[in-house]
Amino acid sequence: MSASQPRTETSPRISDEIRKTTCYMCACRCGIDVHLKKGADGKKHVAYIEGNRDHPVNHGVLCAKGAAGIMQHLSPARLRAPLRRTGPRGSGQFEEISWDEAMEIAEGWLRPLRETAPEKLAFFTGRDQSQSFTGLWAQAFGTPNYAAHGGFCSVNMAAAGIYTMGGSFWEFGQPDWERTRLFLLFGVAEDHDSNPMKAGIATLKARGAKVIGVNPIRTGYNAVADEWVGITPGSDGLLVLSLVHCLLKAGKIDLDYLARFTNAPVLVDADPRSPQFGLLLRGESGRQMVIDRRTGRPADFDAEGVEPDLRGKLRRAGVTHRSVFQHIAEMYLSNDYAPERVAGRTGLDANRIHRLAAEIARAAFDEPVVIEQPWTDFRGVRHERMVGRPVSFHAMRGVSAHSNGFQTCRALHLLQILLGSVEVPGGTRFRPPYPKPATAHPLPHARSAPGQPLGGPHLGYPQGPDDLCLTDEDTPARIDKAFSWEAPLSAHGMMHMVISNAHAGDPYRIDTLFLYMANMAWNSSMNTTQVMQMLTDTDADGEYVIPRIICADAYSSEMVAFADLVLPDTTYLERHDCISLLDRPISDADAAADAIRWPVVEPERPGAAGVRPFQDVLCDLGAQLSLPGFTEADGSARYANYADYIQNHERRPGIGPLAGWRMGESGVAHGRGGPNAAQIDSYIANGGFWRGEIAPDARFFKPWNMAYQDWAVRTGLIDGPQPYIFSLWCEPLRRFQLAAEGHGRRQPPEHLRARIRETFSPLPIWYPPLGDDQRAPDAYPLHALSQRPMAMYHSWGSQNAWLRQIHGVNPLYLPTALWQEGGFAEGDWARVSSPHSQITVPVAHMAALNRDTVWTWNAIGKRRGAWALHREAPEATQGFLLNHLIHELLPPRGDGLRWANSDPITGQAAWFDLRVRIEKVAAPRVSQPAHQAQASPVGRGPRDVAQKVTR
Amino acid sequence: MTDLPPALQVKLGLVIDLDTCVGCHACVIACKGWNTQGDAGPLADADAYGKAPEGAFLNRVHSFELTPETGPAQIVHFPKSCLHCETAPCVTVCPTGASYKRVEDGIVLVNETDCIGCGLCAWACPYGAREMDPVEKVMKKCTLCVDRIYNETLPEVDRVPACVRTCPAGARHFGDLGDPDSAVSQLVAERGGYDLMPDQETGPVNKYLPPRPRDAEIDILAPFLEPVAEEPRGFMAWLDRTLERI
Amino acid sequence: MHPAPSLIAFSLLSGLGFGLLAMLGLGIAAPEGLVGTVFWGLGLGLSGSALLASAFHLGHPERALKAFSQWRSSWLSREAWLASAAMAVFALHAGLITFAGWRIAPLGWLGALLALGTVGATAMIYAQLRTVPRWHHWSTPALFIGHALAGGSLLAGKTVLAGILLIALGAGQLAAWWLGDRLFARSGTSITRATGLGVPDGIRLWEAPHTGQNYLTREMVFVIARKHVAKLRVIAAVFGYAAPAVLLLLPSVDHAIAAVAVLCHIFGAAVSRWLFFAEAEHVVGLYYGRGR
Ligand SMILES: Nc1nc2c(c(=O)[nH]1)N[C@H]1C(S)=C(S)[C@@H](COP(=O)(O)OP(=O)(O)OC[C@H]3O[C@@H](n4cnc5c(=O)[nH]c(N)nc54)[C@H](O)[C@@H]3O)O[C@H]1N2
Ligand SMILES: Nc1nc2c(c(=O)[nH]1)N[C@H]1C(S)=C(S)[C@@H](COP(=O)(O)OP(=O)(O)OC[C@H]3O[C@@H](n4cnc5c(=O)[nH]c(N)nc54)[C@H](O)[C@@H]3O)O[C@H]1N2
Ligand code: SF4
Ligand code: SF4
Ligand code: SF4
Ligand code: SF4
Ligand code: SF4
Ligand SMILES: [Mo]
Repeated sequence: MSASQPRTETSPRISDEIRKTTCYMCACRCGIDVHLKKGADGKKHVAYIEGNRDHPVNHGVLCAKGAAGIMQHLSPARLRAPLRRTGPRGSGQFEEISWDEAMEIAEGWLRPLRETAPEKLAFFTGRDQSQSFTGLWAQAFGTPNYAAHGGFCSVNMAAAGIYTMGGSFWEFGQPDWERTRLFLLFGVAEDHDSNPMKAGIATLKARGAKVIGVNPIRTGYNAVADEWVGITPGSDGLLVLSLVHCLLKAGKIDLDYLARFTNAPVLVDADPRSPQFGLLLRGESGRQMVIDRRTGRPADFDAEGVEPDLRGKLRRAGVTHRSVFQHIAEMYLSNDYAPERVAGRTGLDANRIHRLAAEIARAAFDEPVVIEQPWTDFRGVRHERMVGRPVSFHAMRGVSAHSNGFQTCRALHLLQILLGSVEVPGGTRFRPPYPKPATAHPLPHARSAPGQPLGGPHLGYPQGPDDLCLTDEDTPARIDKAFSWEAPLSAHGMMHMVISNAHAGDPYRIDTLFLYMANMAWNSSMNTTQVMQMLTDTDADGEYVIPRIICADAYSSEMVAFADLVLPDTTYLERHDCISLLDRPISDADAAADAIRWPVVEPERPGAAGVRPFQDVLCDLGAQLSLPGFTEADGSARYANYADYIQNHERRPGIGPLAGWRMGESGVAHGRGGPNAAQIDSYIANGGFWRGEIAPDARFFKPWNMAYQDWAVRTGLIDGPQPYIFSLWCEPLRRFQLAAEGHGRRQPPEHLRARIRETFSPLPIWYPPLGDDQRAPDAYPLHALSQRPMAMYHSWGSQNAWLRQIHGVNPLYLPTALWQEGGFAEGDWARVSSPHSQITVPVAHMAALNRDTVWTWNAIGKRRGAWALHREAPEATQGFLLNHLIHELLPPRGDGLRWANSDPITGQAAWFDLRVRIEKVAAPRVSQPAHQAQASPVGRGPRDVAQKVTR
Repeated sequence: MTDLPPALQVKLGLVIDLDTCVGCHACVIACKGWNTQGDAGPLADADAYGKAPEGAFLNRVHSFELTPETGPAQIVHFPKSCLHCETAPCVTVCPTGASYKRVEDGIVLVNETDCIGCGLCAWACPYGAREMDPVEKVMKKCTLCVDRIYNETLPEVDRVPACVRTCPAGARHFGDLGDPDSAVSQLVAERGGYDLMPDQETGPVNKYLPPRPRDAEIDILAPFLEPVAEEPRGFMAWLDRTLERI
Repeated sequence: MHPAPSLIAFSLLSGLGFGLLAMLGLGIAAPEGLVGTVFWGLGLGLSGSALLASAFHLGHPERALKAFSQWRSSWLSREAWLASAAMAVFALHAGLITFAGWRIAPLGWLGALLALGTVGATAMIYAQLRTVPRWHHWSTPALFIGHALAGGSLLAGKTVLAGILLIALGAGQLAAWWLGDRLFARSGTSITRATGLGVPDGIRLWEAPHTGQNYLTREMVFVIARKHVAKLRVIAAVFGYAAPAVLLLLPSVDHAIAAVAVLCHIFGAAVSRWLFFAEAEHVVGLYYGRGR
């Protein structure tokens, strides 16, 4: 019709150039296409970011944060020059200084420490995606006090997975999305694998597979789940062990799988008088022993052709040994785990549990998945096809962030393994470099000496008391007390304890706290208000109790305000990064894969000294301090910058940070090979990543599949084949328990003995979250949780003009009964009290919620003045943190001692053990506690934003 | 031109699957990002870092709570953008002709240079699909990414709206709802896709796919598991019997 | 709907102005001489400033001329034409009367028709909106025209006529309020149909798409408490209609009383017009947690 219809330009040119790199807004690490457009100044500017279609992680999709990356990159809160504190700590008053000056100050503080007492430097990193590098630096410096954020994040999950099955859900496991028929998701709101998770759930739904969400809160993934199990927090272990009970009782377990691939048939010393009581029987070769069904005689579990007997029993030297499986049957067939018994504490109906068990059994055993693909196991047995149980599980912090999380997570793995659904078609699968059993990981190192590097990596997987990091006086060697009796298997360290321990001088005083990319003065600390206090406390001489704080951050965060020296980092589009197989790569179950970031635009901070990639700064600082590994023989710098390190560093001969495009003997090779000067260019040309597929015969049964083991060796993941069996019986736990029972050279201090005896069961158990026993049950009747909003990343999303409109405030959601009984109405506020503290916050109603649970979105609340936001920004006036309510220590016990508010095994911060009570109050002007505003070293953001690159 | 074109052959639009939408807001931001640098852009944000930030977005995700008479409460995440209505009231009310519905594919657009910012079209839209730009003071709305879907500078696979391309949960589909054989039409037929506010008689082109039933009564179908033994000793006997057969 | 002062002022002044002009045009009031000039000036001034006020509601008033283009479908466009035509006709008419002393009655009638047409078109801008069930009813143009006529006659000093019209208008306004309170429910649009989900009592907005305001929530999801409504309705009814009617129908009405009646009416009508906007529930509110 009409001539008058305006003409629309339907084929405009989008951009002048696309540069492909890796997203940074969370640890999912999706591939992105960054569209650059020439602006009026003739320079290329970031115009638009979309997903890279060819990328193995996201296949083109992008989440809200990823798509809003441009606003993060252009944030007004970006730092622009090194800063030296001029006002009191916490005030945010700084002067800008030059880089030379900043480097001089840093060197001046660090050099004497290294020369006299390297442990006086505590170097901890948060959202760091280059831990194999920062760890190496700390190791070269010689301080035992290094860790990343895993200890307050998900170490329960990581450690339980690795000790049990040599791989974990956490970043290294995934459901077999193409084949699974029943998927149970425990305690996940978003997870690290967020885009693949969403895509996976969509795949399941398209195929008509069923999704069950086990979560006290029904949003996001749990909202689309076909069935919702609104469990009471902290009780998943009970539910899972009750399912184990039902399945065992019904004989719905995979006996063949258990016998071949797990330590169920391995013999356990069953004599209470034996000093080896509870340890596994080992033959002369040191291998665990089973009874061979063919002969009825004991044999090494992995001897050729052995058919392990689940009923194995042996009397040797007067000591009875019985198979792990018999212990399992005995323990879990007990009526303590009957649905009728556990129903109350889990908040579920007993019938519901029975029916869940039936549904799981049906999905697992009625319709196995078969792939016609022969494979050969480590005993030399050839299997004609790959048969799997199409039930898969996934779990994250809802299980992990409780003080019973390690055992709960183990219980979940026990359930999966009994079903025979790990590393099989349709089940849960590992992503390279996993599987890799705990025994193949390093042990932790903590012996420091002046001027010397540490003997090995800081973090690892202890096998027993001998591997703890204790001093000669048996006190904790690390400032965070990781790998001490307080948390023997704290495989990721305990970052959440650093500030309070350093403040208390327990186990010793430190000099410099060096934080990288961690908002420890705000949302990543428990007990935030007091942590801020600890950072500003002074001693009798008026000196700060924690004398020096260096902070490497890219933005004007809450933490920055507490630093004495700020080293300003670039944004993620302005630097090299390496997403390496040496730490947290982007592999999937069918391939090993790693990736890079590279400066798609130059860092420019007009009128200021500018910013530098922190890794470059570490390379330089390493050279200035003459750290081994960072310095050439002639004293010059080993690495010009981080890019140089990425290409040229070799961890072991032939193994570097990146696995793709290395120099083999005859040209370019992947996996193993020497450094290649064109490596980064090759990554850029390939869209920023490398992916090496696993051959079809090696894709499943990886721990036992010789084709996989050989592939892993070729790819450089391991140096020799190392097949292993799953540890239903976790022997290291038993070793600690034995020590607590009074055996061995190293024994726990008196006050921890009982706790270790009770919680370090070698078979999974459930116990109430620690601290629950200390409270009058009705004083704090509610569980208080937080969830990650899908469109916000921790604290740093609020500086994003687009994202903060979606989540500018966070009400506390109350379940219906509480809402009605409390007489709440829209717009009301409430005082929320925990045994430790109080907050006053806005509330809202939610029915799709466990009846004893309240919750809020995580990390929306901001300190006034931070993030270049207006002081009256809603994030500061109405937003709030639950963290103020959570103490890093539990209230004093009978003996006057205070336990950490952590898992007793791993030290995992128990964020979600929080209990509260709530009462309606008149709305205050701003949410409470309100902290004094911090000054902004970067000014305020502009009033209006109209983001468009125009010529 | 405020007249609506007569019945169209091609009706481009979106199909939104409420069964899989997890409420991640990815489509909201992808839309903002694409369109702020595109023809309809910039999409401004007033008071961007202040007390009351307020920007123009062309796509928003609401979340509703359902409390059925039996079974637990549910949350449904509910994305909403312009539905490119067949009898678009926003077009006919426009006094300047800035709002129009394209003849070739039914996309409803605003010609910004003609817009006087009277706001009437937003009043006329029952769905809240139009937002006034707080800085430019002209009306903004979903363009169905008309500058993507025909864009010859883009590879063919990418000629879909930004929100569709980005949705991690595959909850957004784009196509010709005028063609009964198109993938989107088939999806609508299979899944019982429906119109929003049918009584407003706007004839929305976009369709919504209902959530599949939740918390369905597996309960009744699934019999409890039959025990093989009541206590450990019986269990070991069962084990013996079973292992003999393997 | 957000009761924007510019819109309240515009519609109120335009009603009074065009109402007065209509009275003058129809010759119901035919003041002579200086008084006449004042009256014409008042009528034209009021309607003119109304148009100005309406421009304040535009994002781009400088493009206002474009609004004349879509008279075939757009009531706003028609209003623009009618208002301009009415003003032009009256300007001519008034000019002829004042400067030449020619009173061409049909020109006045034409003007009156256009004036009332303008008021009607203004009303139709609201009445056409299905999205606002309270407005989407013939009572909307009826009331707008009623206000114009009553206000016009009041301004024109036709006390008895005005008194009677005000009583009728008051009754009409009461009926419209009563009816209006039922129209949303009758429209058939509900949260269930807006979302296609659930049963009416079992669905509600849990989280809005954004935690702050946006254009839509400010413009269309205006909420006003019930108790305020009741109070304001009484104020509007008393001041806008009842009190001036009583005053005007007093046995003797002097200028002072008339002036009080005019002020009363304008105040009451303003409250009534404020309520017209503030009470109007836009269906989009369903997506933002308003109404059912
Ligand atoms: N968008 C976005 N993505 C992120 C992040 C982010 O900030 N934003 N952060 C990243 C980081 S660092 C991490 S660690 C991951 C964490 O990802 P998630 O593990 O998804 O972490 P949370 O959001 O804390 O969600 C915990 C979930 O557990 C539930 N829950 C709490 N207690 C229990 C319980 O006892 N039992 C059960 N069954 N459920 C329980 C809560 O209701 C919540 O749904 O997300 C990563 N991804
Ligand atoms: N109540 C409660 N508290 C929690 C949790 C919870 O579920 N509930 N979850 C916990 C968990 S699992 C985690 S992982 C933590 C996360 O907490 P944090 O690790 O503190 O994460 P962020 O808040 O994102 O802060 C990261 C810091 O890195 C800075 N940064 C961002 N980008 C860059 C960059 O490119 N370079 C540099 N150098 N710095 C940068 C930011 O400005 C910010 O200061 O929170 C923990 N806290
Ligand atoms: S999930 Fe989102 S934020 Fe995380 S890497 Fe992917 S696109 Fe970026
Ligand atoms: S991107 Fe997809 S899943 Fe996310 S909110 Fe939009 S429609 Fe829903
Ligand atoms: S959804 Fe609203 S803006 Fe879009 S065509 Fe329909 S009425 Fe117009
Ligand atoms: S705001 Fe612009 S597009 Fe909308 S009706 Fe007015 S002139 Fe037309
Ligand atoms: S089609 Fe384009 S304009 Fe419309 S909502 Fe999607 S991304 Fe936005
Ligand atoms: Mo985390």
